Amino acid sequence: MTDIFNVLALITNFIVIPGLAYGSQLALGALGVTLIYGILRFSNFAHGELMAFGTMVVILFTWVLQARGIGIGPLPTALIALPVGILAAVCLVLVTDRLIYRFYRSKKSPPVIYLVGSLAVMFFYNGLIRFIIGPNDQRVTDGERFIFTAREFKAWSGLTEGIAFRTTQGLTVVVTLISVTALFWFLNKTKTGKSMRAYSDNEDLALLSGVNPERVVLIAWMLAAGLATIAGTMYGLDKTFKPFIYLQLLLPIFASAIVGGLGSPIGAVVGGFVIAFSEIAITFAYRKVLAYLGPEGWAPDGLVQLLSTDYKFAVSFVILVIVLLVRPTGIFRGQTI
Amino acid sequence: MKKLLLSTVAATVLMSGVAAAEDVKIGVILGFTGPIESLTPAMAASAEMAMKEVSDSGKLLGGSTVTPVRGDSTCVDSAAATAAAERLVTSDKVSAIMGADCSGVTGAILQNVARANGIVMISPSATSPALSDAEDDGLFFRTAPSDARQGQVLAEILKEKGVKSAALTFTNNDYGKGLAESIKSNFESMGGKITISAAHEDGKGDYSAEVGALAQAGGEVLVVAGYLDQGGKGVIQAALDTGAFDTFALPDGMIGDSLPIAIGDGLNGSYGTVPGTDSLGADIFKDMAEKAGIKADAFSAESYDAAALLLLAMQAAKSSKSADLKGKVMDVANAPGEQILPGELAKALEIIAGGGEVDYVGATAVELIGGGESAGNYREILVDNQKNTTAKYR
Repeated sequence: MTDIFNVLALITNFIVIPGLAYGSQLALGALGVTLIYGILRFSNFAHGELMAFGTMVVILFTWVLQARGIGIGPLPTALIALPVGILAAVCLVLVTDRLIYRFYRSKKSPPVIYLVGSLAVMFFYNGLIRFIIGPNDQRVTDGERFIFTAREFKAWSGLTEGIAFRTTQGLTVVVTLISVTALFWFLNKTKTGKSMRAYSDNEDLALLSGVNPERVVLIAWMLAAGLATIAGTMYGLDKTFKPFIYLQLLLPIFASAIVGGLGSPIGAVVGGFVIAFSEIAITFAYRKVLAYLGPEGWAPDGLVQLLSTDYKFAVSFVILVIVLLVRPTGIFRGQTI
Repeated sequence: MKKLLLSTVAATVLMSGVAAAEDVKIGVILGFTGPIESLTPAMAASAEMAMKEVSDSGKLLGGSTVTPVRGDSTCVDSAAATAAAERLVTSDKVSAIMGADCSGVTGAILQNVARANGIVMISPSATSPALSDAEDDGLFFRTAPSDARQGQVLAEILKEKGVKSAALTFTNNDYGKGLAESIKSNFESMGGKITISAAHEDGKGDYSAEVGALAQAGGEVLVVAGYLDQGGKGVIQAALDTGAFDTFALPDGMIGDSLPIAIGDGLNGSYGTVPGTDSLGADIFKDMAEKAGIKADAFSAESYDAAALLLLAMQAAKSSKSADLKGKVMDVANAPGEQILPGELAKALEIIAGGGEVDYVGATAVELIGGGESAGNYREILVDNQKNTTAKYR
């Protein structure tokens, strides 16, 4: 019987907990991408850099707070700085929209023009971030590091396999839950939210019904910037902040949004978890799991690993290709690209 | 004032017509950005300290001065490193190169720039075994030992600590692969078992998947043949967080003051190896570095020695040209001759000028073997109370 619990502990420690945290971070990122796609109808390649920019401001402000000795006990100080980061990211996207995207909106340019424009914006943000904070690793996580450690869990349960649960992982899941609930409430219950959905579903009809397009676009950008900053800060707290890594995150985030169905918020959340869990579960080595489940002495010699961890990103690519071939609209029937 | 004095001296020397004093330029190519950027400032400063010592003595080639010219090897980007070296050689016209640091870029610079232009390079920290048999036209030397030797030393330490099985992860480049192979073959020939030997990529945000695979393979300790500012740090952090491993064996790329501070208590009790000796020279160098305001870290002493060897070889060759000095490096580094410690470079220059022979011992008990690489003395490191402490010398 203990074998079963050991297997459960093993899987929880190495697959479930990291998958939940990573999936939440992807889901928040994918929500921003999907919102912009739904309203402005283009794939915003600058989203990864937007995450990095928001996180950078959070980090800078956290340093100010830390220097003054302001903290919130066991939780990371960065949480207090989060609103400042969101505000900065919102300002940045609104200025960008005014200077760049509004011009193309007035000319009714095709989506591919926006897409290339967003690439240029990406490179600009890229430089801006490196100019301000530099290309290096920054860690600002403070407060209690663990909710419980592997050693504490082993002592408590008497199992040979431990489970560690970091504060930042718990925090990521909780913050994601709150943000996603608030977003869905906003989109489904408020008048502004409904007008956004109407605009996303059918632009012409929405315009005829008196929806103000500039206002919808404004709110979409604000939401995307807010979500990006939250996602980036959670990722930075849980793992590490390095501008280049946020650029790399763009691939799994887009994969999540497309797998879930571009333009569908619920799809973005589901897609985030699908990508996160498949990346982790497919590259995990199941040797010990089989050793516990099989009879004594039957432990396999090999690692029983489907794919080496080097191919983590390839997993997102493969899922993306399969979804585009089999069900181009994604799981939740979003728009086709 | 100093400049005026110096130029007066130079002018006097010139007028007296002893020799054609010149300004010798030496390239210092190290990874000022990239995975070992926390070590390189001290390495460069140490090398430049040796150059200053020689310059100030006024005894090199009848009063020549030495000017360092820095270039960024990036440690990992061979194209960028080659371009930096090319610039130093063709536009700055350096006579020789102190560098590069990481094995991959060092090999690239050697093949693409040094051999093409006939420039001598002495690396303080490239340790890949592959560089031992690389085609070098007699231009390449290193004051760091090959990892073939480090693998042996690290395997011995594991054996002595009673470790029977270990998991091994390495950074996916020449340095990591060469070192991992050496550790694996040595440890297994001593009867130990390497449960898994898996590569990790540098520059990722998250290493929990890599650690997951390592944890499933099992092992009493995790050997991390990576870089302390990069993936190596991430792997250790993730391994500690998930409770997969408690003890780590750390080769030289992971030894630096920043790592125990970044990781915290979890690293206490881990151990490692880094080139180093307990010779008199090591202590003298430490004092000198302290006085010069240099925070000596891993490979600082090797850097001082590399620069010193270049300059002594110039003196022995009576020329600052690489083509002349390349044959003299082994002569000044090894016996016979008067032993030279750090801070005695002026004395060494004088002896050589007088026709005598020197045996440069330097800060790391330099003894060049084979094709011109250090025989290899290692310092066994124990991480204790968030500090790298010296357990013993091997």
